[in-house]
Amino acid sequence: MKLNRRTTLALGLGAAAIVALPVRFAAAATGDEMIAAFTGGAAVAEGGVTITAPEIAENGNTVPVAVASEGAVSIMILAMGNPTPGVATFNFGEAAGAHSASTRIRLAGTQDVVAIAKMADGSFTRGVATVKVTIGGCGG
Amino acid sequence: MAEGVKPRVKAPATAKAGEAVVLKTLISHIMESGQRKNKDGSVIARSIINRFTCEFNGAMVIDVEMHPAISTNPYFEFEAVVPATGELKFTWYDDDGSVYSDAKTVTVA
Repeated sequence: MKLNRRTTLALGLGAAAIVALPVRFAAAATGDEMIAAFTGGAAVAEGGVTITAPEIAENGNTVPVAVASEGAVSIMILAMGNPTPGVATFNFGEAAGAHSASTRIRLAGTQDVVAIAKMADGSFTRGVATVKVTIGGCGG
Repeated sequence: MAEGVKPRVKAPATAKAGEAVVLKTLISHIMESGQRKNKDGSVIARSIINRFTCEFNGAMVIDVEMHPAISTNPYFEFEAVVPATGELKFTWYDDDGSVYSDAKTVTVA
């Protein structure tokens, strides 16, 4: 094959794509895998979970987050941009007074915080909040 | 056992029957994420509390599965229904097998 301008460009693009792909997959797959494991592959409706989180968090080490979803059995919180996306799963028991809880979480950087709720009837719903993080909370 | 672990719970002493009471819990714990590195470049081993439960007279209020993204000194705020006088039991489970617990009595007037 003669190496002219066109083939050289194509080769370069191909190589760049190959290099970029595994990195993106490693970061994205685990979050989606956790969602799949939680829902069992079921469809997830939008907007049934309220996430209360600051728009801008100065310190990623402690970001206050509250989740609420009426009629939920359990709520899973995921930080999609963290090295390990899992944050917490709240399972509400028979003595729970409200289907809401709040805690403080670590965020590595600006990212979406996703909450997925499992309803009593077995359906799933989700909510998303974007948090801007000034200083990340995962150490060097 | 991690050092200096001290659970703190804020719960009302009295409540009306069937009322939802707000519970606030905090436990001092380093919650080492397993992501940080020492000065010499070696990874500091993960050491977190991985589960927290709250029960009222044996009935589960909340059961939380925790991951390294929970902040140092894990804090939780949630609500429980109190139908009668009873004891709230709080339990934290450490990665190293330690179990920390606290209890509060709520009196229904």
